[in-house]
Amino acid sequence: MSAETLTKQIEAADERPLGAPGSFRPDPRPAPVPRMVLAQARFETKLLLRNGEQLLLAIIIPALMLIAFAAEPLGTITGGGSRIDYYAPGIIGMAVLSTAFTSQAIATGFERRYSVLKRLGATPLPRWGLLAGKALSILMVECVQLVLLIGIALAMGWSPHGDPLAVLVLLALGTTAFSGLALWLAGSVRAEATLAVANFMFLVFIGLGGVVVPLSKFGHGAQSVLQFLPISALTDGLREVLQSGSAMPWGPVGILAVWTVVAVAGAARFFKWE
Amino acid sequence: MLPRVPGRTDSPRKLGAMQQTEAAVEISGLVKRYGDKTAVQGLDLVVERGGLTAVLGPNGAGKTSTIEVCEGYRRPDGGRVRVLGLDPIADAPKLRPRIGVMLQSGGVYQAVRAMEMLRHVASLYANPLNADELAERLGLDSCGRTPYRRLSGGQQQRLSLALAVVGRPELVFLDEPTAGLDVQARHATWELIEQLRGDGVTIVLTTHLLDEAERLADKVAIIDSGRVIACDSPQRLADTTREQDSIRFEAPAGLDLTALAIAVAPAQAAEPFPGGYRVTGEITPDTLAATTAWCASLGIMPRNLQIEQRSLEDVFLDLTGRELR
Repeated sequence: MSAETLTKQIEAADERPLGAPGSFRPDPRPAPVPRMVLAQARFETKLLLRNGEQLLLAIIIPALMLIAFAAEPLGTITGGGSRIDYYAPGIIGMAVLSTAFTSQAIATGFERRYSVLKRLGATPLPRWGLLAGKALSILMVECVQLVLLIGIALAMGWSPHGDPLAVLVLLALGTTAFSGLALWLAGSVRAEATLAVANFMFLVFIGLGGVVVPLSKFGHGAQSVLQFLPISALTDGLREVLQSGSAMPWGPVGILAVWTVVAVAGAARFFKWE
Repeated sequence: MLPRVPGRTDSPRKLGAMQQTEAAVEISGLVKRYGDKTAVQGLDLVVERGGLTAVLGPNGAGKTSTIEVCEGYRRPDGGRVRVLGLDPIADAPKLRPRIGVMLQSGGVYQAVRAMEMLRHVASLYANPLNADELAERLGLDSCGRTPYRRLSGGQQQRLSLALAVVGRPELVFLDEPTAGLDVQARHATWELIEQLRGDGVTIVLTTHLLDEAERLADKVAIIDSGRVIACDSPQRLADTTREQDSIRFEAPAGLDLTALAIAVAPAQAAEPFPGGYRVTGEITPDTLAATTAWCASLGIMPRNLQIEQRSLEDVFLDLTGRELR
Protein backbone atom coordinates (compact mmCIF):
# COMPACT_ATOMS: atom_id res chain seq x y z
CA MET A 1 0.00 0.00 0.00
CA SER A 2 1.52 3.34 -1.00
CA ALA A 3 1.89 6.16 1.47
CA GLU A 4 -0.58 8.18 -0.56
CA THR A 5 -3.31 5.53 -0.33
CA LEU A 6 -2.66 5.21 3.37
CA THR A 7 -3.00 8.97 3.90
CA LYS A 8 -6.24 8.93 1.93
CA GLN A 9 -7.56 6.12 4.06
CA ILE A 10 -6.68 7.91 7.25
CA GLU A 11 -8.40 11.07 5.99
CA ALA A 12 -11.43 9.03 5.00
CA ALA A 13 -11.46 7.50 8.47
CA ASP A 14 -11.56 10.96 10.03
CA GLU A 15 -14.52 11.89 7.86
CA ARG A 16 -16.62 9.06 9.25
CA PRO A 17 -19.68 10.32 11.10
CA LEU A 18 -18.61 11.14 14.66
CA GLY A 19 -15.05 10.30 13.60
CA ALA A 20 -13.51 13.46 15.04
CA PRO A 21 -11.75 13.08 18.40
CA GLY A 22 -13.96 14.27 21.23
CA SER A 23 -17.21 13.31 19.45
CA PHE A 24 -18.11 10.99 22.33
CA ARG A 25 -16.86 13.21 25.15
CA PRO A 26 -19.18 12.46 28.08
CA ASP A 27 -21.98 14.92 28.77
CA PRO A 28 -24.64 12.83 30.43
CA ARG A 29 -27.63 14.99 31.31
CA PRO A 30 -31.26 13.91 31.44
CA ALA A 31 -33.89 15.81 29.49
CA PRO A 32 -36.39 17.73 31.67
CA VAL A 33 -38.88 15.25 33.18
CA PRO A 34 -42.02 16.69 31.52
CA ARG A 35 -40.29 16.40 28.15
CA MET A 36 -39.35 12.77 28.85
CA VAL A 37 -42.90 11.86 29.92
CA LEU A 38 -44.41 13.54 26.85
CA ALA A 39 -41.89 11.85 24.57
CA GLN A 40 -42.75 8.48 26.10
CA ALA A 41 -46.50 9.13 25.75
CA ARG A 42 -46.20 10.17 22.12
CA PHE A 43 -43.98 7.21 21.36
CA GLU A 44 -46.36 4.68 22.91
CA THR A 45 -49.39 6.23 21.22
CA LYS A 46 -47.69 6.11 17.85
CA LEU A 47 -46.78 2.45 18.31
CA LEU A 48 -50.26 1.56 19.51
CA LEU A 49 -52.03 3.28 16.63
CA ARG A 50 -49.66 1.57 14.18
CA ASN A 51 -50.38 -1.89 15.56
CA GLY A 52 -53.14 -3.48 13.47
CA GLU A 53 -54.66 -5.69 16.17
CA GLN A 54 -54.65 -2.90 18.73
CA LEU A 55 -56.27 -0.53 16.29
CA LEU A 56 -58.93 -3.12 15.53
CA LEU A 57 -59.59 -3.57 19.23
CA ALA A 58 -59.56 0.11 20.15
CA ILE A 59 -61.24 1.79 17.20
CA ILE A 60 -62.75 -0.47 14.59
CA ILE A 61 -64.61 -3.01 16.74
CA PRO A 62 -66.28 -0.39 19.00
CA ALA A 63 -67.24 1.74 15.99
CA LEU A 64 -68.71 -1.21 14.07
CA MET A 65 -70.56 -2.48 17.14
CA LEU A 66 -72.05 0.93 17.76
CA ILE A 67 -73.27 1.18 14.19
CA ALA A 68 -74.52 -2.42 14.01
CA PHE A 69 -76.41 -2.48 17.32
CA ALA A 70 -77.90 0.98 17.00
CA ALA A 71 -78.98 0.57 13.37
CA GLU A 72 -80.30 -3.00 13.35
CA PRO A 73 -82.78 -4.58 15.74
CA LEU A 74 -80.12 -6.95 17.09
CA GLY A 75 -80.80 -6.72 20.79
CA THR A 76 -83.28 -5.60 23.37
CA ILE A 77 -82.87 -2.24 25.04
CA THR A 78 -84.10 -0.98 28.39
CA GLY A 79 -84.56 2.38 30.02
CA GLY A 80 -86.48 4.31 27.39
CA GLY A 81 -85.21 6.56 24.62
CA SER A 82 -83.91 5.50 21.24
CA ARG A 83 -81.65 2.53 20.49
CA ILE A 84 -78.62 4.81 20.06
CA ASP A 85 -79.29 6.38 23.48
CA TYR A 86 -79.00 2.92 25.02
CA TYR A 87 -76.00 1.64 23.03
CA ALA A 88 -73.75 4.74 22.91
CA PRO A 89 -72.91 4.73 26.68
CA GLY A 90 -72.28 0.95 26.61
CA ILE A 91 -69.92 1.18 23.64
CA ILE A 92 -68.10 4.13 25.22
CA GLY A 93 -67.55 1.96 28.30
CA MET A 94 -66.27 -0.81 26.07
CA ALA A 95 -63.86 1.60 24.33
CA VAL A 96 -62.37 2.45 27.73
CA LEU A 97 -62.12 -1.28 28.50
CA SER A 98 -60.35 -2.03 25.22
CA THR A 99 -57.73 0.69 25.61
CA ALA A 100 -57.08 0.87 29.34
CA PHE A 101 -57.32 -2.86 29.96
CA THR A 102 -56.91 -5.12 26.91
CA SER A 103 -54.48 -3.10 24.76
CA GLN A 104 -52.51 -1.93 27.74
CA ALA A 105 -52.17 -5.41 29.26
CA ILE A 106 -51.07 -7.00 25.99
CA ALA A 107 -48.62 -4.21 25.10
CA THR A 108 -47.09 -4.15 28.57
CA GLY A 109 -46.85 -7.94 28.68
CA PHE A 110 -44.79 -7.98 25.50
CA GLU A 111 -42.71 -4.99 26.60
CA ARG A 112 -41.75 -7.02 29.64
CA ARG A 113 -41.14 -10.11 27.56
CA TYR A 114 -38.81 -8.27 25.16
CA SER A 115 -36.96 -6.45 27.98
CA VAL A 116 -38.25 -3.07 26.79
CA LEU A 117 -39.14 -2.08 30.34
CA LYS A 118 -35.70 -3.21 31.46
CA ARG A 119 -34.03 -1.20 28.70
CA LEU A 120 -36.06 1.93 29.48
CA GLY A 121 -35.21 1.36 33.13
CA ALA A 122 -31.60 2.17 32.25
CA THR A 123 -32.49 5.53 30.73
CA PRO A 124 -33.09 8.73 32.70
CA LEU A 125 -36.87 8.18 32.40
CA PRO A 126 -38.00 7.39 35.97
CA ARG A 127 -40.34 4.45 36.50
CA TRP A 128 -43.20 6.70 37.54
CA GLY A 129 -42.44 8.70 34.39
CA LEU A 130 -42.85 5.56 32.33
CA LEU A 131 -46.22 4.91 34.00
CA ALA A 132 -47.23 8.53 33.52
CA GLY A 133 -46.29 8.21 29.86
CA LYS A 134 -48.49 5.13 29.57
CA ALA A 135 -51.38 6.91 31.29
CA LEU A 136 -51.08 9.90 28.95
CA SER A 137 -50.89 7.60 25.98
CA ILE A 138 -54.11 5.88 27.08
CA LEU A 139 -55.78 9.27 27.45
CA MET A 140 -54.68 10.27 23.95
CA VAL A 141 -56.09 7.06 22.46
CA GLU A 142 -59.31 7.42 24.48
CA CYS A 143 -59.73 10.94 23.15
CA VAL A 144 -59.44 9.63 19.60
CA GLN A 145 -61.97 6.88 20.44
CA LEU A 146 -64.41 9.24 22.10
CA VAL A 147 -64.29 11.80 19.29
CA LEU A 148 -64.96 9.06 16.76
CA LEU A 149 -67.69 7.25 18.73
CA ILE A 150 -69.46 10.41 19.84
CA GLY A 151 -69.32 11.64 16.24
CA ILE A 152 -70.89 8.44 14.94
CA ALA A 153 -73.50 8.39 17.72
CA LEU A 154 -74.50 12.02 17.16
CA ALA A 155 -74.76 11.37 13.44
CA MET A 156 -77.12 8.51 14.28
CA GLY A 157 -79.33 10.79 16.30
CA TRP A 158 -77.90 10.35 19.82
CA SER A 159 -79.12 12.92 22.36
CA PRO A 160 -76.93 12.61 25.47
CA HIS A 161 -78.20 13.97 28.81
CA GLY A 162 -76.77 14.61 32.22
CA ASP A 163 -73.78 16.22 33.85
CA PRO A 164 -70.53 16.08 31.81
CA LEU A 165 -68.59 16.16 35.10
CA ALA A 166 -70.23 12.90 36.23
CA VAL A 167 -69.28 11.35 32.87
CA LEU A 168 -65.67 12.49 33.31
CA VAL A 169 -65.53 11.05 36.86
CA LEU A 170 -66.84 7.70 35.61
CA LEU A 171 -64.39 7.63 32.68
CA ALA A 172 -61.45 8.59 34.88
CA LEU A 173 -62.26 5.96 37.52
CA GLY A 174 -62.92 3.31 34.88
CA THR A 175 -59.64 4.09 33.10
CA THR A 176 -57.64 3.96 36.31
CA ALA A 177 -59.27 0.74 37.52
CA PHE A 178 -58.76 -1.01 34.16
CA SER A 179 -55.18 0.25 33.88
CA GLY A 180 -54.41 -1.11 37.33
CA LEU A 181 -55.91 -4.49 36.40
CA ALA A 182 -53.95 -4.47 33.14
CA LEU A 183 -50.60 -3.79 34.82
CA TRP A 184 -51.37 -6.30 37.56
CA LEU A 185 -52.05 -8.98 34.94
CA ALA A 186 -49.18 -8.04 32.59
CA GLY A 187 -46.74 -7.69 35.45
CA SER A 188 -47.45 -11.09 36.97
CA VAL A 189 -47.71 -13.71 34.21
CA ARG A 190 -46.02 -14.51 30.91
CA ALA A 191 -46.81 -12.42 27.83
CA GLU A 192 -48.69 -15.26 26.11
CA ALA A 193 -50.85 -15.82 29.18
CA THR A 194 -51.52 -12.08 29.39
CA LEU A 195 -52.57 -12.07 25.75
CA ALA A 196 -54.98 -14.96 26.28
CA VAL A 197 -56.44 -13.75 29.58
CA ALA A 198 -56.79 -10.13 28.41
CA ASN A 199 -58.67 -11.14 25.27
CA PHE A 200 -60.81 -13.66 27.15
CA MET A 201 -61.76 -11.13 29.82
CA PHE A 202 -62.51 -8.56 27.13
CA LEU A 203 -65.09 -10.92 25.61
CA VAL A 204 -66.51 -11.93 28.99
CA PHE A 205 -66.82 -8.30 30.07
CA ILE A 206 -68.55 -7.35 26.81
CA GLY A 207 -70.95 -10.27 27.16
CA LEU A 208 -71.72 -9.96 30.86
CA GLY A 209 -70.93 -6.33 31.65
CA GLY A 210 -73.95 -4.51 30.30
CA VAL A 211 -72.12 -3.27 27.19
CA VAL A 212 -74.83 -4.35 24.75
CA VAL A 213 -76.88 -6.92 26.69
CA PRO A 214 -78.85 -5.46 29.61
CA LEU A 215 -77.94 -7.15 32.92
CA SER A 216 -81.67 -7.74 33.56
CA LYS A 217 -81.50 -10.37 30.78
CA PHE A 218 -79.48 -12.65 33.07
CA GLY A 219 -82.11 -12.90 35.78
CA HIS A 220 -82.23 -11.29 39.16
CA GLY A 221 -79.66 -13.48 40.91
CA ALA A 222 -76.99 -13.11 38.25
CA GLN A 223 -77.65 -9.41 37.93
CA SER A 224 -77.03 -8.81 41.62
CA VAL A 225 -73.53 -10.31 41.17
CA LEU A 226 -72.68 -9.00 37.70
CA GLN A 227 -73.44 -5.41 38.65
CA PHE A 228 -70.29 -5.43 40.76
CA LEU A 229 -68.01 -6.04 37.74
CA PRO A 230 -66.01 -2.88 36.95
CA ILE A 231 -67.34 -2.87 33.39
CA SER A 232 -70.94 -3.14 34.62
CA ALA A 233 -70.41 -0.28 37.05
CA LEU A 234 -68.95 1.82 34.24
CA THR A 235 -71.72 1.09 31.70
CA ASP A 236 -74.46 1.39 34.37
CA GLY A 237 -73.10 4.71 35.53
CA LEU A 238 -72.68 6.08 32.01
CA ARG A 239 -76.27 5.05 31.13
CA GLU A 240 -77.71 6.53 34.32
CA VAL A 241 -76.16 9.86 33.36
CA LEU A 242 -76.20 9.94 29.58
CA GLN A 243 -79.44 8.05 28.97
CA SER A 244 -81.53 8.99 31.99
CA GLY A 245 -79.92 12.32 32.86
CA SER A 246 -79.39 11.54 36.53
CA ALA A 247 -76.83 13.44 38.63
CA MET A 248 -73.70 11.75 40.02
CA PRO A 249 -74.51 7.97 40.06
CA TRP A 250 -73.01 7.21 43.46
CA GLY A 251 -73.57 3.46 43.35
CA PRO A 252 -71.51 2.77 40.22
CA VAL A 253 -68.98 5.45 41.21
CA GLY A 254 -68.51 3.70 44.56
CA ILE A 255 -68.04 0.28 42.94
CA LEU A 256 -65.51 1.72 40.47
CA ALA A 257 -63.67 3.51 43.28
CA VAL A 258 -63.26 0.23 45.17
CA TRP A 259 -62.01 -1.50 42.00
CA THR A 260 -59.59 1.37 41.42
CA VAL A 261 -58.08 1.04 44.88
CA VAL A 262 -57.84 -2.76 44.68
CA ALA A 263 -56.41 -2.76 41.13
CA VAL A 264 -53.82 -0.07 41.74
CA ALA A 265 -52.75 -1.71 45.00
CA GLY A 266 -52.51 -5.10 43.26
CA ALA A 267 -50.45 -3.64 40.43
CA ALA A 268 -48.15 -1.83 42.84
CA ARG A 269 -47.69 -4.99 44.89
CA PHE A 270 -47.33 -7.62 42.16
CA PHE A 271 -45.96 -5.82 39.11
CA LYS A 272 -42.50 -7.07 38.14
CA TRP A 273 -40.48 -4.99 35.73
CA GLU A 274 -38.67 -7.99 34.27
CA MET B 1 -0.84 -12.38 19.63
CA LEU B 2 -2.62 -9.43 18.06
CA PRO B 3 -0.67 -6.28 17.33
CA ARG B 4 -0.98 -3.64 19.98
CA VAL B 5 -3.34 -0.90 18.98
CA PRO B 6 -1.69 2.51 18.68
CA GLY B 7 -2.78 4.86 21.40
CA ARG B 8 -3.70 2.22 23.94
CA THR B 9 -0.93 3.30 26.26
CA ASP B 10 -2.10 6.93 26.31
CA SER B 11 -3.28 7.91 29.73
CA PRO B 12 -7.05 8.13 29.66
CA ARG B 13 -8.35 11.64 29.24
CA LYS B 14 -10.01 13.04 32.31
CA LEU B 15 -13.49 14.47 32.35
CA GLY B 16 -12.64 18.16 32.59
CA ALA B 17 -15.50 19.75 34.51
CA MET B 18 -16.92 16.46 35.79
CA GLN B 19 -13.62 15.20 37.13
CA GLN B 20 -14.18 13.17 40.23
CA THR B 21 -11.86 11.19 42.34
CA GLU B 22 -13.86 8.08 43.13
CA ALA B 23 -13.45 4.96 41.00
CA ALA B 24 -15.94 4.25 38.22
CA VAL B 25 -16.93 0.97 39.84
CA GLU B 26 -16.06 -0.32 43.30
CA ILE B 27 -17.30 -3.76 44.28
CA SER B 28 -16.33 -5.41 47.52
CA GLY B 29 -17.56 -8.74 48.81
CA LEU B 30 -20.51 -8.85 46.40
CA VAL B 31 -22.84 -11.80 46.96
CA LYS B 32 -25.78 -12.57 44.66
CA ARG B 33 -28.02 -15.61 45.11
CA TYR B 34 -30.92 -16.96 43.09
CA GLY B 35 -32.77 -19.33 45.38
CA ASP B 36 -30.27 -21.99 46.48
CA LYS B 37 -27.79 -21.11 43.78
CA THR B 38 -25.05 -18.63 44.59
CA ALA B 39 -24.09 -16.83 41.37
CA VAL B 40 -21.63 -14.40 42.90
CA GLN B 41 -19.77 -15.15 46.12
CA GLY B 42 -17.60 -12.43 47.60
CA LEU B 43 -16.53 -10.70 44.41
CA ASP B 44 -14.12 -7.76 44.61
CA LEU B 45 -13.39 -5.49 41.67
CA VAL B 46 -12.31 -1.90 41.20
CA VAL B 47 -12.61 -0.19 37.83
CA GLU B 48 -10.70 3.07 37.61
CA ARG B 49 -12.07 5.95 35.57
CA GLY B 50 -11.13 5.99 31.91
CA GLY B 51 -9.95 2.94 30.07
CA LEU B 52 -11.60 -0.33 29.30
CA THR B 53 -12.05 -3.27 31.61
CA ALA B 54 -12.98 -6.61 30.07
CA VAL B 55 -14.79 -9.08 32.29
CA LEU B 56 -14.11 -12.62 31.14
CA GLY B 57 -15.39 -15.87 32.45
CA PRO B 58 -17.04 -19.13 31.45
CA ASN B 59 -20.81 -19.27 31.09
CA GLY B 60 -22.47 -19.08 34.48
CA ALA B 61 -19.39 -17.59 36.14
CA GLY B 62 -21.39 -14.61 37.44
CA LYS B 63 -20.45 -11.97 34.85
CA THR B 64 -23.93 -10.84 33.91
CA SER B 65 -25.13 -10.98 37.53
CA THR B 66 -22.27 -8.71 38.55
CA ILE B 67 -22.88 -6.26 35.72
CA GLU B 68 -26.62 -6.22 36.41
CA VAL B 69 -26.02 -5.38 40.05
CA CYS B 70 -23.87 -2.45 38.89
CA GLU B 71 -26.62 -1.32 36.53
CA GLY B 72 -29.15 -1.35 39.38
CA TYR B 73 -31.22 -4.20 37.93
CA ARG B 74 -30.48 -6.62 40.75
CA ARG B 75 -30.27 -6.10 44.46
CA PRO B 76 -27.09 -7.54 45.98
CA ASP B 77 -27.50 -10.13 48.76
CA GLY B 78 -24.29 -8.99 50.38
CA GLY B 79 -21.30 -6.74 49.94
CA ARG B 80 -21.00 -3.19 48.77
CA VAL B 81 -21.28 -1.79 45.27
CA ARG B 82 -20.63 1.81 44.25
CA VAL B 83 -20.87 3.03 40.68
CA LEU B 84 -19.51 6.55 40.06
CA GLY B 85 -19.60 6.82 43.85
CA LEU B 86 -23.35 6.09 43.98
CA ASP B 87 -25.47 3.19 45.20
CA PRO B 88 -26.95 1.63 42.03
CA ILE B 89 -30.38 1.12 43.64
CA ALA B 90 -30.78 3.86 46.24
CA ASP B 91 -29.23 6.52 43.98
CA ALA B 92 -30.65 5.14 40.73
CA PRO B 93 -32.31 8.39 39.61
CA LYS B 94 -28.95 10.19 39.85
CA LEU B 95 -26.92 7.34 38.41
CA ARG B 96 -29.07 6.25 35.45
CA PRO B 97 -28.56 9.32 33.26
CA ARG B 98 -24.79 8.96 33.65
CA ILE B 99 -24.39 5.35 32.53
CA GLY B 100 -25.06 3.60 29.23
CA VAL B 101 -26.32 0.03 29.21
CA MET B 102 -26.17 -2.49 26.40
CA LEU B 103 -28.26 -5.54 27.19
CA GLN B 104 -27.29 -8.97 25.89
CA SER B 105 -30.50 -9.13 23.89
CA GLY B 106 -33.82 -7.44 23.36
CA GLY B 107 -34.76 -4.16 24.97
CA VAL B 108 -36.61 -2.82 21.95
CA TYR B 109 -40.31 -2.79 21.00
CA GLN B 110 -40.74 -5.40 18.27
CA ALA B 111 -42.74 -3.20 15.94
CA VAL B 112 -40.67 -0.06 16.29
CA ARG B 113 -38.40 1.09 13.48
CA ALA B 114 -34.70 1.17 14.26
CA MET B 115 -34.30 4.94 13.92
CA GLU B 116 -37.50 5.67 15.86
CA MET B 117 -36.16 3.76 18.83
CA LEU B 118 -32.78 5.47 18.65
CA ARG B 119 -34.38 8.92 18.32
CA HIS B 120 -36.75 8.17 21.19
CA VAL B 121 -33.99 7.15 23.59
CA ALA B 122 -31.94 10.18 22.42
CA SER B 123 -34.91 12.42 23.30
CA LEU B 124 -34.63 11.34 26.94
CA TYR B 125 -31.28 13.15 27.23
CA ALA B 126 -30.54 16.87 27.25
CA ASN B 127 -27.50 16.71 24.95
CA PRO B 128 -27.55 13.41 23.07
CA LEU B 129 -25.37 12.43 20.13
CA ASN B 130 -26.83 13.09 16.71
CA ALA B 131 -28.91 9.95 16.11
CA ASP B 132 -28.47 10.02 12.31
CA GLU B 133 -24.70 10.31 12.53
CA LEU B 134 -24.50 7.56 15.12
CA ALA B 135 -26.67 5.28 12.97
CA GLU B 136 -24.57 6.01 9.90
CA ARG B 137 -21.40 5.34 11.84
CA LEU B 138 -22.71 1.93 12.87
CA GLY B 139 -24.05 1.12 9.41
CA LEU B 140 -27.66 1.32 10.55
CA ASP B 141 -28.67 4.14 8.21
CA SER B 142 -29.85 1.72 5.50
CA CYS B 143 -32.28 -0.06 7.85
CA GLY B 144 -33.63 2.98 9.70
CA ARG B 145 -37.22 2.27 8.65
CA THR B 146 -37.05 -1.48 9.21
CA PRO B 147 -39.09 -2.80 12.17
CA TYR B 148 -36.85 -4.13 14.93
CA ARG B 149 -38.01 -7.74 14.59
CA ARG B 150 -36.94 -7.78 10.91
CA LEU B 151 -33.40 -6.53 11.60
CA SER B 152 -30.64 -9.11 11.34
CA GLY B 153 -29.03 -10.24 14.59
CA GLY B 154 -26.00 -8.07 13.88
CA GLN B 155 -28.14 -5.01 13.17
CA GLN B 156 -30.08 -5.53 16.41
CA GLN B 157 -26.77 -5.80 18.24
CA ARG B 158 -25.45 -2.56 16.74
CA LEU B 159 -28.72 -0.76 17.51
CA SER B 160 -28.37 -1.92 21.09
CA LEU B 161 -24.85 -0.46 21.22
CA ALA B 162 -26.11 2.80 19.73
CA LEU B 163 -28.82 2.99 22.41
CA ALA B 164 -26.17 2.54 25.10
CA VAL B 165 -24.01 5.45 23.95
CA VAL B 166 -26.48 7.95 22.45
CA GLY B 167 -26.86 9.84 25.76
CA ARG B 168 -23.11 10.63 26.02
CA PRO B 169 -22.59 8.49 29.14
CA GLU B 170 -19.52 8.66 31.38
CA LEU B 171 -19.55 4.94 31.93
CA VAL B 172 -20.92 2.21 29.66
CA PHE B 173 -21.62 -1.43 30.43
CA LEU B 174 -21.52 -3.54 27.29
CA ASP B 175 -22.68 -7.14 27.65
CA GLU B 176 -21.06 -9.15 24.86
CA PRO B 177 -21.11 -6.28 22.36
CA THR B 178 -19.81 -8.26 19.38
CA ALA B 179 -21.57 -11.59 19.94
CA GLY B 180 -22.93 -12.79 16.61
CA LEU B 181 -21.45 -9.96 14.52
CA ASP B 182 -19.78 -10.53 11.16
CA VAL B 183 -16.14 -9.53 10.74
CA GLN B 184 -16.85 -6.06 9.32
CA ALA B 185 -19.38 -5.21 12.00
CA ARG B 186 -17.04 -6.47 14.71
CA HIS B 187 -14.28 -4.18 13.49
CA ALA B 188 -16.66 -1.22 13.23
CA THR B 189 -17.78 -1.94 16.80
CA TRP B 190 -14.21 -2.21 18.06
CA GLU B 191 -13.29 1.08 16.41
CA LEU B 192 -16.27 2.77 18.02
CA ILE B 193 -15.37 1.35 21.42
CA GLU B 194 -11.76 2.49 21.00
CA GLN B 195 -12.96 5.96 20.14
CA LEU B 196 -15.23 6.06 23.20
CA ARG B 197 -12.25 5.09 25.30
CA GLY B 198 -10.11 7.76 23.63
CA ASP B 199 -12.77 10.37 24.36
CA GLY B 200 -12.67 9.54 28.07
CA VAL B 201 -15.61 7.17 28.47
CA THR B 202 -15.05 4.40 31.00
CA ILE B 203 -16.03 1.05 29.51
CA VAL B 204 -16.82 -2.23 31.21
CA LEU B 205 -17.50 -5.04 28.78
CA THR B 206 -18.10 -8.73 29.12
CA THR B 207 -16.97 -11.01 26.35
CA HIS B 208 -16.20 -14.58 25.45
CA LEU B 209 -13.75 -13.48 22.77
CA LEU B 210 -10.23 -13.52 24.14
CA ASP B 211 -8.86 -11.69 21.11
CA GLU B 212 -11.41 -8.95 21.75
CA ALA B 213 -10.21 -8.58 25.32
CA GLU B 214 -6.59 -8.71 24.20
CA ARG B 215 -7.17 -6.01 21.60
CA LEU B 216 -9.37 -3.61 23.56
CA ALA B 217 -8.79 -4.01 27.27
CA ASP B 218 -6.53 -2.04 29.54
CA LYS B 219 -7.47 -4.44 32.28
CA VAL B 220 -8.90 -7.95 32.23
CA ALA B 221 -10.85 -9.39 35.15
CA ILE B 222 -11.30 -13.13 34.93
CA ILE B 223 -14.33 -14.33 36.89
CA ASP B 224 -15.00 -17.93 37.78
CA SER B 225 -17.52 -19.41 40.20
CA GLY B 226 -18.61 -15.97 41.29
CA ARG B 227 -15.17 -14.60 42.17
CA VAL B 228 -12.46 -12.60 40.43
CA ILE B 229 -9.58 -15.04 40.08
CA ALA B 230 -7.22 -12.78 38.13
CA CYS B 231 -7.19 -9.09 37.33
CA ASP B 232 -4.43 -7.36 35.40
CA SER B 233 -3.49 -5.99 31.99
CA PRO B 234 -3.74 -8.61 29.22
CA GLN B 235 0.01 -8.34 28.67
CA ARG B 236 0.87 -8.94 32.31
CA LEU B 237 -1.58 -11.80 32.63
CA ALA B 238 0.04 -13.50 29.67
CA ASP B 239 3.50 -12.69 31.08
CA THR B 240 2.80 -14.60 34.28
CA THR B 241 3.13 -17.85 32.39
CA ARG B 242 6.03 -16.99 30.09
CA GLU B 243 7.97 -20.05 31.27
CA GLN B 244 5.53 -22.13 29.24
CA ASP B 245 6.44 -20.43 25.92
CA SER B 246 8.38 -22.51 23.45
CA ILE B 247 10.44 -22.67 20.26
CA ARG B 248 9.50 -25.53 17.98
CA PHE B 249 11.28 -26.73 14.89
CA GLU B 250 11.81 -29.79 12.77
CA ALA B 251 15.19 -31.37 12.07
CA PRO B 252 16.56 -34.87 11.40
CA ALA B 253 15.49 -37.27 14.15
CA GLY B 254 17.73 -38.41 16.98
CA LEU B 255 20.10 -35.44 17.35
CA ASP B 256 22.10 -35.25 20.59
CA LEU B 257 20.47 -32.53 22.71
CA THR B 258 23.15 -32.21 25.41
CA ALA B 259 24.80 -29.11 23.94
CA LEU B 260 21.45 -27.47 23.19
CA ALA B 261 20.21 -28.11 26.75
CA ILE B 262 23.30 -26.39 28.18
CA ALA B 263 23.03 -23.49 25.73
CA VAL B 264 19.35 -22.67 26.40
CA ALA B 265 19.24 -23.37 30.18
CA PRO B 266 17.16 -22.71 32.22
CA ALA B 267 14.83 -23.50 29.34
CA GLN B 268 14.42 -27.21 28.57
CA ALA B 269 15.25 -28.90 25.29
CA ALA B 270 13.39 -32.01 24.17
CA GLU B 271 12.46 -34.10 21.14
CA PRO B 272 8.84 -35.01 21.93
CA PHE B 273 8.52 -37.04 18.73
CA PRO B 274 11.14 -38.13 16.18
CA GLY B 275 12.30 -35.11 14.20
CA GLY B 276 10.21 -32.65 16.25
CA TYR B 277 12.19 -30.50 18.66
CA ARG B 278 11.04 -28.13 21.36
CA VAL B 279 12.72 -25.64 23.65
CA THR B 280 10.34 -24.79 26.49
CA GLY B 281 10.72 -21.98 28.98
CA GLU B 282 10.99 -18.22 28.98
CA ILE B 283 12.02 -17.44 25.41
CA THR B 284 14.49 -14.57 25.16
CA PRO B 285 16.44 -13.40 22.09
CA ASP B 286 19.40 -15.28 23.61
CA THR B 287 17.42 -18.51 23.76
CA LEU B 288 16.50 -18.13 20.12
CA ALA B 289 20.09 -17.28 19.12
CA ALA B 290 21.43 -20.24 21.11
CA THR B 291 18.96 -22.56 19.40
CA THR B 292 19.82 -21.43 15.87
CA ALA B 293 23.56 -21.38 16.75
CA TRP B 294 23.25 -25.02 17.85
CA CYS B 295 21.61 -25.88 14.52
CA ALA B 296 24.36 -23.97 12.67
CA SER B 297 27.04 -25.85 14.59
CA LEU B 298 25.51 -29.11 13.35
CA GLY B 299 25.14 -27.74 9.83
CA ILE B 300 21.35 -28.33 9.75
CA MET B 301 18.57 -26.03 8.66
CA PRO B 302 15.66 -26.05 11.14
CA ARG B 303 12.36 -26.33 9.31
CA ASN B 304 9.04 -24.77 10.41
CA LEU B 305 10.73 -22.92 13.23
CA GLN B 306 8.10 -21.23 15.36
CA ILE B 307 8.05 -19.30 18.57
CA GLU B 308 4.91 -20.06 20.53
CA GLN B 309 3.93 -17.47 23.08
CA ARG B 310 1.14 -18.15 25.45
CA SER B 311 -1.94 -16.12 24.61
CA LEU B 312 -4.53 -14.71 26.94
CA GLU B 313 -6.66 -17.65 25.86
CA ASP B 314 -4.11 -20.15 27.23
CA VAL B 315 -3.93 -18.24 30.49
CA PHE B 316 -7.72 -18.16 30.65
CA LEU B 317 -7.95 -21.92 30.13
CA ASP B 318 -5.24 -22.54 32.73
CA LEU B 319 -7.12 -20.49 35.26
CA THR B 320 -10.66 -21.64 34.59
CA GLY B 321 -10.01 -25.22 33.53
CA ARG B 322 -10.70 -26.92 30.24
CA GLU B 323 -13.84 -28.84 31.05
CA LEU B 324 -17.13 -27.74 29.49
CA ARG B 325 -19.81 -26.27 31.71
